[in-house]
Amino acid sequence: MASAKGKAKTDAAPAASADELLQHYRAMLLIRRFEERAGQLYGMGLIGGFCHLYIGQEAVVVGMQAALQPGDTVVTSYRDHGHMLATGMDPRGVMAELTGRSGGYSRGKGGSMHMFSRDKHFYGGHGIVGAQVPIGTGLAFAHRYNQKPLVSVTYLGDGAVNQGQVAESFNMAALWKLPVIYVIENNKYGMGTSVQRAAAGGELYKRGEPYGIPGMQVDGMDVVAVKEAALKATRHTRAGEGPYILEMMTYRYRGHSMSDPAKYRSKEEVSEVRTKHDPIDHVRQLLTDGGMADDNKLKALDKEIRDIIADAAEFAQASPEPDPSELWTDVLAEA
Amino acid sequence: MTIQILMPALSPTMTEGKLAKWLKKEGDQVTSGDVLAEIETDKATMEVEAVDEGVLQKILVQEGTENVAVNTPIAVLENGGAVAAKPSPTNGKHAPVSAPAPAAQVEKPAPSKTVAPPKPQSVAAEMAVGATRKMTVREALRDAMAEEMRRDERVFLMGEEVAEYQGAYKVSQGLLEEFGPRRVVDTPITEHGFSGLGVGAAFMGLKPIVEFMTFNFAMQAIDQIINSAAKTRYMSGGQMSCPIVFRGPNGAASRVAAQHSQCYASWYAHCPGLKVIAPYSAADAKGLLKAAIRDPNPVIMLEHEILYGATFDVPEDADYIVPIGRARIARPGKDVTITAFSITVRHALAAAEILAKEGIDAEVIDLRSLRPLDTETIVRSVEKTNRLVTVEEGWAFAGIGSEIAAQIMEKAFDHLDAPPARVAGADVPLPYAANLEKLALAQPDDIVRAAKSVLYRS
Ligand SMILES: Cc1ncc(C[n+]2csc(CCOP(=O)(O)OP(=O)(O)O)c2C)c(N)n1
Ligand SMILES: [Mg+2]
Repeated sequence: MASAKGKAKTDAAPAASADELLQHYRAMLLIRRFEERAGQLYGMGLIGGFCHLYIGQEAVVVGMQAALQPGDTVVTSYRDHGHMLATGMDPRGVMAELTGRSGGYSRGKGGSMHMFSRDKHFYGGHGIVGAQVPIGTGLAFAHRYNQKPLVSVTYLGDGAVNQGQVAESFNMAALWKLPVIYVIENNKYGMGTSVQRAAAGGELYKRGEPYGIPGMQVDGMDVVAVKEAALKATRHTRAGEGPYILEMMTYRYRGHSMSDPAKYRSKEEVSEVRTKHDPIDHVRQLLTDGGMADDNKLKALDKEIRDIIADAAEFAQASPEPDPSELWTDVLAEA
Repeated sequence: MTIQILMPALSPTMTEGKLAKWLKKEGDQVTSGDVLAEIETDKATMEVEAVDEGVLQKILVQEGTENVAVNTPIAVLENGGAVAAKPSPTNGKHAPVSAPAPAAQVEKPAPSKTVAPPKPQSVAAEMAVGATRKMTVREALRDAMAEEMRRDERVFLMGEEVAEYQGAYKVSQGLLEEFGPRRVVDTPITEHGFSGLGVGAAFMGLKPIVEFMTFNFAMQAIDQIINSAAKTRYMSGGQMSCPIVFRGPNGAASRVAAQHSQCYASWYAHCPGLKVIAPYSAADAKGLLKAAIRDPNPVIMLEHEILYGATFDVPEDADYIVPIGRARIARPGKDVTITAFSITVRHALAAAEILAKEGIDAEVIDLRSLRPLDTETIVRSVEKTNRLVTVEEGWAFAGIGSEIAAQIMEKAFDHLDAPPARVAGADVPLPYAANLEKLALAQPDDIVRAAKSVLYRS
């Protein structure tokens, strides 16, 4: 069985071009700044309920998305802001959904965990741990049924891996050779429970082995490595070879949601990753060391991103609350 | 320019917290992402991270200060006006959120702003059971489990984050320390699996308490709850027994949207082979949980996140048990009967206060148990008031109110002077937007309107 431990940065991934690196940098920075602002708006009481931030994990969605083709679908859990921005969804619409306003992607009815965009082939935004996995498998089933050369990228957490419906999905996907890539975002914890305390055997990329699903462990803090792995998986899947599992080794800097006791890991552990393995710093370093971008260029880019986020935040606060009549719409379609 | 750092709201229901510790001091340079301070609420300890960069100019709220309301300025940051200065329209101002609860308040305010929260009735006084102590629902649940675990070796607690994390809502605080990992068991996120495992353990004579982080996630496990736990005694001709408690928060918390905000009362109450309880007060939470643990049958205990922090008088007697299947008159009255359970008892009591001002004397029945349902108490009340309003957080269709209305139709039809009215959640999945969520959930004003309608008053 072809489970492989794809090695980290040193593994001579063909050097990415300056353009490509800049695009990655921009996309990751957009997510980082967006999430920081969301955290701020939450603290101000403008966002309610749960709000699961993606800070630290940006390289995973950005690298994955860079390997996709138009029409490929994406589905994920509640930690979804980064995935939406990576698919090209409008930061204004995402932020306005966070504030529960009519300008949001779900017109204020879904909130942080529940947004969708047919246009960008993003299928949510699901709040029940593991539930998106059979759904993503079904998206793949439809791609095959429709005889389209598309893949379904289905994200799940390290905690979600243990849900029964994930094993059920792996079996069906392998049995029917469905074009689905399961991306396990191993950020080391499901809420306050470490992978070691939740998953027997560790090595989550091997979870598909009994079904014959190849798996690979990837440095999820290195956007170039992520994209390489994604290309490998999509080639396999598009060739009709069936599902693929990518275990992205990553880290969430913030609490599980906004409220988090922060007692299950040490401050040193967090700051170690932050200072030594930050995915954005890494690309910035590549850009400056390689002479691909100077300080001025990066500063200009930072400013551009800040402006986009400021605009989104402003929009999200100015957009009106949904009309009370919206309470009753969208329950069923007219038959 | 200077930026005020405000006391953040770090959870859906947080209104205030204790500023436990400053990790930066005045004059320190901070960059975005630095941990500035630690905050404690009744639920958790949390870190406040810097969003802006600059120098911490002044600390406005000293460490150790309790009951700091959300949005109170806690420090001032001097941000040299560098590129990092983010234009934020509301920065430095109080954010436009509703005023936080006063510090010394016993209960959190009822959702309707027009109504003052009613004084919780002292159940203990009503039952005359000796000395009582003020306690939150959260503490009462914990004590019930601890007492029963001390009393019976076979009782153990299992669920997600119940042990090391001390419970996602801090209900199981201290249990791991006292009982160890053999009896307080952290599970992976595998509800269907650990619920079925609990059923198997109960078949062997153990007495599991299975905690669901919320009942929304019990839908993963509902097959084991109904098909295995509820039906096996019957299918085995009485040979097998399944003494198990499934418990956790049910219903709408605050702004957590449709997949996290459903009331499952009528789902479980529908099924023979189960007992279903849904207490409001801390005394009932404790007394009913103890009864559930001692019960030889599967019991579903529906709690409510918003009630966890509410304080009530609780009897000190360690053998204080509230029998399953008995309702409680939470407020006696003669003009109209209002049935409620869990959080809606609070709304019903608030509505009764409003009605009293208009000369309407409402009787509020806290159902406490949904299966078996104490129909007798409701019938007796309706015989007196001749009018019935049912209240629940869930949907009206095939709901608890529908069942009560049907039973009253069958057993007290001749006593009714008006058709019963059902107050329930709007017939839609719960929306996230603040204004829509409020419209979707039953408020005291809705109960007042329903009570007047059955009294033919406007
Ligand atoms: C079925 C179900 N059980 C429990 C929860 C509560 N919950 C939400 S997120 C979470 C942890 C998930 O961890 P992981 O899969 O690692 O994803 P991460 O949050 O790290 O992205 C839990 C237990 C839920 N939403 N759904
Ligand atoms: Mg995780």
